[in-house]
Amino acid sequence: MINILVYIVGAIFILGFIYKTWIWGKSAVPLRIVGTPGPKTFPGVILRIMGEVFLFKSLFRGNKLLWLGGWIFHIAFLFIILRHLRYFFYPVPIWIIELQIVGIYAGYIILIPLVYLLLRRWVVDRNRYISTPMDYITLFLIIVIAFTGILMKEYIRVDLVDVKAFILGLLTLQPSIKPQSVLFLIHFLSVLLLIVYFPFSKLMHAGGIFFSPTRNQRDNAREIRHVNHWNNIIN
Amino acid sequence: MKEKIDAPILTGSITVPKIEENASRNQRCHHASEDHMVRLGFPGTKPVDWNKKALKRMRELLKRNRSLRLYLDICVRCGSCADKCHYFLGTGDPKNIPVARQELLRKVYKRYFTIEGKILGGLTNAEDLTEEVLDEWYTYFHQCSQCRRCSVFCPYGIDTAEISMAAREIMDSIGVGQKYCNEVLGKVYDIGNNLGMSGPALRNTLDFFEEDIKETTGVDVKFPLDVKGAEILLVSPSADFFASPHVDSLVGYAKVFHKAGISWTFSSYASEFANFGMFIGSYSIMKRVATRILDEARRLKVKRIVVGECGHAWRVGYSFWNTLIGPFDFVDTRYPVPQHICEFTLDLIKRGAIRLDKSANDEFTVTYHDSCNVARATRMGNKDGGQFEIPRALIREACNKFVEMPKNVNREKTFCCGGGGGLLTEELMDLRVKGTLPKAQALKNLMESRQVNLMVMICAVCKAHFTGVLPHYGIPMETVGGIHQLIGRAIVL
Repeated sequence: MINILVYIVGAIFILGFIYKTWIWGKSAVPLRIVGTPGPKTFPGVILRIMGEVFLFKSLFRGNKLLWLGGWIFHIAFLFIILRHLRYFFYPVPIWIIELQIVGIYAGYIILIPLVYLLLRRWVVDRNRYISTPMDYITLFLIIVIAFTGILMKEYIRVDLVDVKAFILGLLTLQPSIKPQSVLFLIHFLSVLLLIVYFPFSKLMHAGGIFFSPTRNQRDNAREIRHVNHWNNIIN
Repeated sequence: MKEKIDAPILTGSITVPKIEENASRNQRCHHASEDHMVRLGFPGTKPVDWNKKALKRMRELLKRNRSLRLYLDICVRCGSCADKCHYFLGTGDPKNIPVARQELLRKVYKRYFTIEGKILGGLTNAEDLTEEVLDEWYTYFHQCSQCRRCSVFCPYGIDTAEISMAAREIMDSIGVGQKYCNEVLGKVYDIGNNLGMSGPALRNTLDFFEEDIKETTGVDVKFPLDVKGAEILLVSPSADFFASPHVDSLVGYAKVFHKAGISWTFSSYASEFANFGMFIGSYSIMKRVATRILDEARRLKVKRIVVGECGHAWRVGYSFWNTLIGPFDFVDTRYPVPQHICEFTLDLIKRGAIRLDKSANDEFTVTYHDSCNVARATRMGNKDGGQFEIPRALIREACNKFVEMPKNVNREKTFCCGGGGGLLTEELMDLRVKGTLPKAQALKNLMESRQVNLMVMICAVCKAHFTGVLPHYGIPMETVGGIHQLIGRAIVL
């Protein structure tokens, strides 16, 4: 049962992600609307986008504390995901083993920005105003994932051999029996929920940033004619 | 009905207000009349099935503008923009928070165009498009000056201007238009400029300037009109022809051309650089307004197109013209099209073709207001940040005492004057006064600490708006000026 669920979720995620980016990609970009000062060259655009993706440069300009919270959250999440790759490989590549310690710490650290991100929506009146129920639910879901993960790692251990056999079974299309731990099931199902929600939600900011015309266009409107493909049907 | 203008007290520093729901709910601009709507090709009145028609238009726009769909999709409501909008800072109305403003459109998008909204409904804030929502749209999408300041601080570059333009276009498509912009656009269609000033009236005005300069300086500075074969077509915002302090910059342009000895001309057909088609989000109207200039440049066989001090129009000219009406292969390709008057004048100064006497402006301690569209949507010259450096270089050439605005309100972080984006209309006066608060705080600070007594800018809307609004803060309207006003005073004829 859970095996089929995993495949369905995986399919929804991949197809949903592709569908969404495909829709963005095929919708027209009629005009040059790059935010200036902006890069004039393509390498400049890459640099600008990488600055946003890795350093959250615009957010840094906007709100230093939020930048810190957001950045730590994302970096910690990244290391946690990398650490989890150990359950997906046999044998486990050496670099994943080396990331084990960092990943474990990241699992603890991520709770700090998560709680901060949740609280600031509550405490600051304007943030409370702009928050929707799904903003809270999403954060709460990630907190549940992180919390159950830590519990399993440190306090209520699960049989990792079972877990690994289960995951590898899923990957090799030879599903084996699911681990019996309730904690694991909560952890695992929460992750599935997050993954299935991803392509339909604001979480798609992860892919969307690359498509943002104010960030990915060059500032060269006078020099190079930007062609709008429906320009000629408008008279 | 005359609204009470309630200008906040200036303290010299910018603070974030507590939110106060519906604080600016009653600040609503007049609706366009049936005539104004029909003139632009929009329905004259709201149809019975307006709801269906609005959603249909929205579906079209989603296909036509990646920015619209993307920005409705990916906002995480992080709140980085929450304290960046001058209308929020001035009014405290939470619907003036950029993300909340977007949300007005996003909740309808969610409800009708996304799986998330259809399944999770209210949890995602999805909402039906009702009369009430439409009314909120009309109110709050006309409390956005499309200045793009929020976009600077957004981790994904989400540009609320794109959203508010789309919302206005959807409303126009169901007969719910704004009077100010649509009436003005009708005048451009019929007469050629926002003022509705005919060719003969324009000639009269220009004659007056010629006589006036002759009287004060003894020099024959000409204001040519409709001259075929002139080297340069100068297109400036029509406010330059009559409003104060705009006219002083117009005089400045003419003196620069005179001293440079380059033949130039105004056009009575293309007598408007402003392009309100952008404000109402209409690609086709923006194109049609811009086409007048193209047609006239061809007819007059000019080799270059130079444009006057106007912010939003500089965006249309710099960023959009090439797409809308380009390529400009019939002009002298050594010069950019359009060329900003500031680029033009600075080049002349550098080449020694004109000379300035800075001491002519010694009575002024000058600061510079970066206009939003110039700062965040265009460039000047070839160097990065030329839109900041070229105007400043001109000011430094034209006066001895120049003081920068503080960093948090300067360059790409500049605040809108408070009257941009098609909101420069009397009935919004209270909102405009409040929207000016952040910039007024910074100005007040400079006036007291650095004895600044002139704030120059290169935008006709900024000039008109500040002149009307700053007196509410106890700042004299003479504090507002243009860069070519300084140039005009300092140029050695």
